[in-house]
Amino acid sequence: MLDTLKLPDHHYLNDGHGLKSWLLTKDHKRIAMMYLISITVMFALGGFFAAGVRLELMTPQGDLFLADTYNKFFTMHGVVMVFFFLIPSTPAVLGNFLIPPMVGAKDLAFPRINLLSLYIFWLGAAFFFYALFSGGVDTGWTFYTPFSSFSSNTNVVPTALGVFISGFSSILTGLNFIVTIHRMRAPGLSWFKLPLFVWAHYATSLIQVLGTPVVAITIIMVFVERAFGFGIFDPVRGGDPVLFQHLFWFYSHPAVYIMIVPALGVMSELISTFTRKTIFGYSFVAFSSLAIAVFGFIVWAHHMFVAGISPYSALVFSFLSFSVAIPSAVKVFNWTATLWKGSISFEPPMLYAYGFMGLFLVGGLTGLFLATLGTDIHLHDTYFVVAHFHYIMVGGAIMGYIGGIHFWWPKMTGRMYSEFGARMSAILVFVGFNLTFFPQFILGYMGMPRRYHAYPDEFQVLNIMSSAGAGVLGIGYILPVIYLTYSLTRGKAAGPNPWGASGLEWQTQSPPVTANFTEPPVVPAEPYEYTPHVAREANLV
Amino acid sequence: MSVHIAPKSLYISIFGALMVLTAVTVAAAFVNLGNLNAPVALAIATLKATLVVLFFMHVKYSSKMIKLVVATSLFFLTILLTETLMDFATRGWVAIPKLMH
Ligand SMILES: [Cu+2]
Repeated sequence: MLDTLKLPDHHYLNDGHGLKSWLLTKDHKRIAMMYLISITVMFALGGFFAAGVRLELMTPQGDLFLADTYNKFFTMHGVVMVFFFLIPSTPAVLGNFLIPPMVGAKDLAFPRINLLSLYIFWLGAAFFFYALFSGGVDTGWTFYTPFSSFSSNTNVVPTALGVFISGFSSILTGLNFIVTIHRMRAPGLSWFKLPLFVWAHYATSLIQVLGTPVVAITIIMVFVERAFGFGIFDPVRGGDPVLFQHLFWFYSHPAVYIMIVPALGVMSELISTFTRKTIFGYSFVAFSSLAIAVFGFIVWAHHMFVAGISPYSALVFSFLSFSVAIPSAVKVFNWTATLWKGSISFEPPMLYAYGFMGLFLVGGLTGLFLATLGTDIHLHDTYFVVAHFHYIMVGGAIMGYIGGIHFWWPKMTGRMYSEFGARMSAILVFVGFNLTFFPQFILGYMGMPRRYHAYPDEFQVLNIMSSAGAGVLGIGYILPVIYLTYSLTRGKAAGPNPWGASGLEWQTQSPPVTANFTEPPVVPAEPYEYTPHVAREANLV
Repeated sequence: MSVHIAPKSLYISIFGALMVLTAVTVAAAFVNLGNLNAPVALAIATLKATLVVLFFMHVKYSSKMIKLVVATSLFFLTILLTETLMDFATRGWVAIPKLMH
């Protein structure tokens, strides 16, 4: 039966040919595909810098790079991965592609603004590339003052402008999603029938719209201090360097949720589809996304416990930081409860979901060590912190993103990929990831500081394990690029709903037509309705 | 959304009020109020911003949803200011124990 499936004659990919039809498109699906290509390039670039860092750290001596070059490598790695890969990743690719069909709409509310956001992203990236090719930058991705505002003699200004500009792309994407979710839902699709993916993107969009302007203004402050000598952060001129950290983390802690919350949304879709059950505690999971978005804004100074802030405020921030654990735990417990008595399967996207659950759990729990005032003094600025946030961002956000790509690839391209390749990649990513980052918890606990290119001899074994793991992880990431690209021309036709999933996006053909639906989608009575009828239509029984 | 057209005279009087407040800002800059220098300047600026948002940006005549959006952003601005000031205001509270030798 499946072999007889054919790609539809008309779909968004063949609706207009040539570069111009892509560059001037207003179709959210084409824009999402261009984002996909753009951020994959950035991911590869960020991976290149990571490889440099791991190569240098294979030996205790700083023998591969000079200290200054090493500083630039980890800075470029952080800037590229955070601002040009993780922030746009799931929202700009999967959210862009899926939110309109998930709410039963033809496109986002502002298609032209959507295209503008892509161009702004490219412009920001262009500034970054200028900074890169004219010598790079060495401040760390956090641009801490006073180093960034008057000590560093590298390309702080073009890099910061690149980040500033790309921030507007993020704001516009968030704005577009908010308006679309409010105003473009199909008749009958009430808020509590929306997929949790949409709820997660709604929460993310709020953070993008409310938080990004603050970091943008902060970057401008660094710029005017550096360029015109204003005394904002420089104590000699009446400023306060810790003020920068407040303003920076007011955005950058919530930014962690810009990266992870969309992936949490992907997870809910994967787990529901591959257990064939409705999500346990739907409304709790939906509201936990919003709670994360709000709580995320009141905890930022846990990054500054040893920066000289008032111990009284540190106490409050420590307490508040623990509150974020509640909505995060709601999600993990509810997914686990969804698995219970579900008809669990092990399709490739679901392998990523299993990996995500374990890694997100470790990442979240180690965050509590860092939110605790006493232990943070010991662990601050060590490899423990590096391991912690990589468990959240790589083990969480990237696993969710790649799992989502595997889940919706048949919808995006109309074709299936090599299942064997996908399984191999999921396993390599999981094993490689743990091998890379678990040793870093131990290294950090033993006292190895981050951001140094040399270290004492006794740390070498664990560092070699970490570097070897990074190699495995790299292969795990390169594999999908190969088999997904191969599937574009050779993959079997997927049909409208290869996984037998319940969302509205699966009611239309794969790949969809430019207007998404040829006939109005049927809104189900409940979200995540898995009945024998649905399974029969998907040829699963 | 209903389109409310406010009378021209209102805009002119708001403009007048903004100009007067600007003059007050300049005048206040010549008076030394000690610790109150910054709070007074900020209070005048906030008042002016409020007038602009309510009348020139039509928020006063907009739907509840628009008002909610404005209120939400002010709420998050309040978080930023309160929690940052929470640090700055209490930093001096700690007497660093003197290291006696
Ligand atoms: Cu944080």
